[in-house]
Amino acid sequence: MSEREAVASGIALTPKDFATDQEVRWCPGCGDYSILAQVQKVMPTLGIPKENIVIISGIGCSSRFPYYMNTYGMHSIHGRATAIASGLKATRPELSVWIVTGDGDSLSIGGNHTIHLLRRNFDVNIMLFNNQIYGLTKGQYSPTSETNKVTKSTPQGSIDHPFNPLALAMGADATFIARSMDRDPKHLQQMLIRSHGHKGASLLEIYQNCNIFNDGAFEIFTEKGSKAAETLFLEQGQPLVFAGGSKGIRLDGFRPVVIDLTTGDYAASDCWIHDERDFYKAQILVRMFDDPNLEGHLPRPFGVFYETDRRCYEDALTLQVDEAQALRGKGDLDKLLRGKETWEILA
Amino acid sequence: MDIHHEVVRDVVIKFAGDSGDGMQLTGSQFTNNTALLGIDLATFPDFPAEIRAPQGTLPGVSGFQLHFSSERIYTPGDQCDVLVAMNAAALKVNLKGLKKGGKIIVNTDGFDAKNLRLAGYPDGVNPLENDSLQNYSLVRMDVTKMTREALKDFTLGTKEKDRAKNMFVLGYLYWMYDRNLDSTINFLEEKFGKKEEILQSNIKALRAGYHFGDTSETFTTRFQVEKARMEPGTYRSIMGNQALAYGLIAAAQKSGLPLFLGTYPITPASDILHELSRYKNFGVKTFQAEDEIAGVTAAIGASYGGSLGVTSTSGPGMALKSEAMGLAVMLEIPLVIIDVQRGGPSTGLPTKTEQSDLLQAYYGRNGECPMPVIAACTPSDCFYAAFEAIRIAVQHMTPVILLSDGYIANGAEPWKFPQSVDLPAIEVTFKTELDSAEEKFLPYLRDEKLVRPWAVPGTPGLEHRIGGIEKQNGTGAVSYDPENHQIMVKVRQEKVDKIAEYIPEQTIDSGPSKGKILVLGWGSTYGTIKSAALELQKEGHAVSHAHIRYMRPFPRNLGHILEQFDTVLIPEINNGQLIKIIRDQYLIDAKGYNKTMGIPITKSELVIEIRKHL
Repeated sequence: MSEREAVASGIALTPKDFATDQEVRWCPGCGDYSILAQVQKVMPTLGIPKENIVIISGIGCSSRFPYYMNTYGMHSIHGRATAIASGLKATRPELSVWIVTGDGDSLSIGGNHTIHLLRRNFDVNIMLFNNQIYGLTKGQYSPTSETNKVTKSTPQGSIDHPFNPLALAMGADATFIARSMDRDPKHLQQMLIRSHGHKGASLLEIYQNCNIFNDGAFEIFTEKGSKAAETLFLEQGQPLVFAGGSKGIRLDGFRPVVIDLTTGDYAASDCWIHDERDFYKAQILVRMFDDPNLEGHLPRPFGVFYETDRRCYEDALTLQVDEAQALRGKGDLDKLLRGKETWEILA
Repeated sequence: MDIHHEVVRDVVIKFAGDSGDGMQLTGSQFTNNTALLGIDLATFPDFPAEIRAPQGTLPGVSGFQLHFSSERIYTPGDQCDVLVAMNAAALKVNLKGLKKGGKIIVNTDGFDAKNLRLAGYPDGVNPLENDSLQNYSLVRMDVTKMTREALKDFTLGTKEKDRAKNMFVLGYLYWMYDRNLDSTINFLEEKFGKKEEILQSNIKALRAGYHFGDTSETFTTRFQVEKARMEPGTYRSIMGNQALAYGLIAAAQKSGLPLFLGTYPITPASDILHELSRYKNFGVKTFQAEDEIAGVTAAIGASYGGSLGVTSTSGPGMALKSEAMGLAVMLEIPLVIIDVQRGGPSTGLPTKTEQSDLLQAYYGRNGECPMPVIAACTPSDCFYAAFEAIRIAVQHMTPVILLSDGYIANGAEPWKFPQSVDLPAIEVTFKTELDSAEEKFLPYLRDEKLVRPWAVPGTPGLEHRIGGIEKQNGTGAVSYDPENHQIMVKVRQEKVDKIAEYIPEQTIDSGPSKGKILVLGWGSTYGTIKSAALELQKEGHAVSHAHIRYMRPFPRNLGHILEQFDTVLIPEINNGQLIKIIRDQYLIDAKGYNKTMGIPITKSELVIEIRKHL
């Protein structure tokens, strides 16, 4: 039975159907393994025939991803996966297009294409593997590395101020913004499903550990001992509570503040209620980006920050073609070549 | 006074004025009017890079040269018979291009103290009032005053009225060359149909100019140029960028594939985008990307999905696209990169012409990165060159570079356009399923042309991955194997070389097939070389002309042709690029003739050069 028949007959594909014969070549212990596993788990549940899925990547460790997915795929050049995906989606709107990129690929060399894809709102899914380091070139700081980072290229510490990727996406008017992590498979699966479900460009930032060059960068968010206190999992319609329900976030004017829910002064009902559709609150949420080493810092949010509906580029483009054909009829080549004014030369 | 009618064979007019004076429009209107009479013509617009350079200054001068004739012509002409100068700067810039004894028609209002100063004439010097123009026939008219006078009943402001000055001048020239005003009135109606006041004022100014000719007795002779003896058929006027866009649309129709243009605006290529964006009813999709790189990579994405991916640019843009062009070589998918060349390096001379990207097209990428190159040689030839570029791209699964340049991109000529039935079909085969003998899809398995299959997303059972890392021959899997890389480098080269078996042989354009001298050209020098060769042949000299369209790979008989001549002379608007490749590939002592002034080589310059070798 072919896969298409399998899908048609309701026999689900399995994660195995999405694996390839290529040996996976990431370093042992790399966070990419978990992400690959979650994507392979989620893909069969989406009901898309395998041949209609295209995964496009740029350059970097994460960009090896397409080789390990038994779908259509392109491992392209540095920073340009977003632009290649734009051309593909513009011409083949029916395909499910996924972009795999890293912090260097999408925010440094390919930063321009990333913001333009987001504002145009092609219906594609961006998986931004953020490990805050250049892995493939062996350990230089990246545009998301924290300031003062000592790396091979910054022996005295880096000077650059880092990007806040989700604030950047918000600035580019992205229509879907979410964050997850490699070490929380269930959450990551949910976020992948949500990304796919969004009609429009979805940006999913995935915190991913590079155990060779930047080990433990996100430890404080991912490890048992600190995760509850340092992370804030967003759920639609639910109050922003964390630390096992003992703390919450309240809005004091435009400023989010941590409130203690154990003293009786505040209850969960005093907390900020999450609304993914709230454009203004989303701008505050993406700015909850404190350095976890600072005294009094806010927890780091995970989940869907923002979602809105806006016309997709490819749909508008297709509509223009349809309108032009309805108005002027399908193109007539002879009429075009003839033009408006001709003259005869007689024999 | 009696008005005489005189029949002349050949006229070159230069319309020159400030870049806001509407000289390009005046020129193109006169061109259309001329074309509709069946007169042969060639044009050369010459405008500044600035949209509105400081008014009245020398850099602000915009010109449009039109050559028309009752005989076949191939260039916009070396020197002008008539110069229309709307201001002092326009006169100063263009006087050296006027034949001795030529006619100058000036707008005297453009020669006031301010204009004279801006044009750099010394205090108190006015060329209209000293004897500096005594070798020419000078017609003065105060165009500004007469246009305002003609439009005195209109409620328009003076500024709007002055915008119709060019129509007054055009009307005057229509009188001088005994023309009918209808083509321009039709044009104005279409352009200003909804703005009645503007429409009527333009028509009024046009008629006023015409009547001024009739009544002023500035000239006592009206000139006529008769129909040219051209091949019988139906003709239209066409510009290079327009023809190029039509060629892409025609190739899309003939291949049954949708056309996608990913591009970024750049002079002198932007008109290809403008033109194609108007034809969405042909299913054409145009995408104005955020930069040059996104333009080409979006086109790669479209080709990957089974469309005809095309990107258009000029030299600086092609430099930015190089890495992505290398990706397309590695992916072995169809793609057409259009480079409408301009003066370089860097920003160079954006609005001036040059043929200086040939070596970039040949070699300007990292790694061993062979790519076919095709060059268009006249405005209408851009149509056929574009069609051919697409054919090669889809049938040989390769990116193809199409070279045009600013001169032919903006130049116009009569075109005996083809019928769609006469254009060949472009056969394209997608791989849709595994063959019975195949167990697994091999994306880099090659046919007798060394071409790999085109399997697009959406095809069940052919899921595969491609990318910029070296491929294992056959399987397409990532491979760092030394032997494999050598095989792949050779096979990519051989694949491009093999295209020579699928293109026409080189022909001799004019002159004997062997002998003393072959003038070998490519691209926009066609008209100049053809005219020079014909002139010398008429004098009885054995001069031959061959013009290369297929720049890479060369036609398989080119070497044989070159061997038949004592001298091979290669004129180019660059510092010697084709000559390097010819010397490299054929080990002949070719001679160069090079000009890098941002303007075409003239016929007379080339005739002098060829004579040196006779």
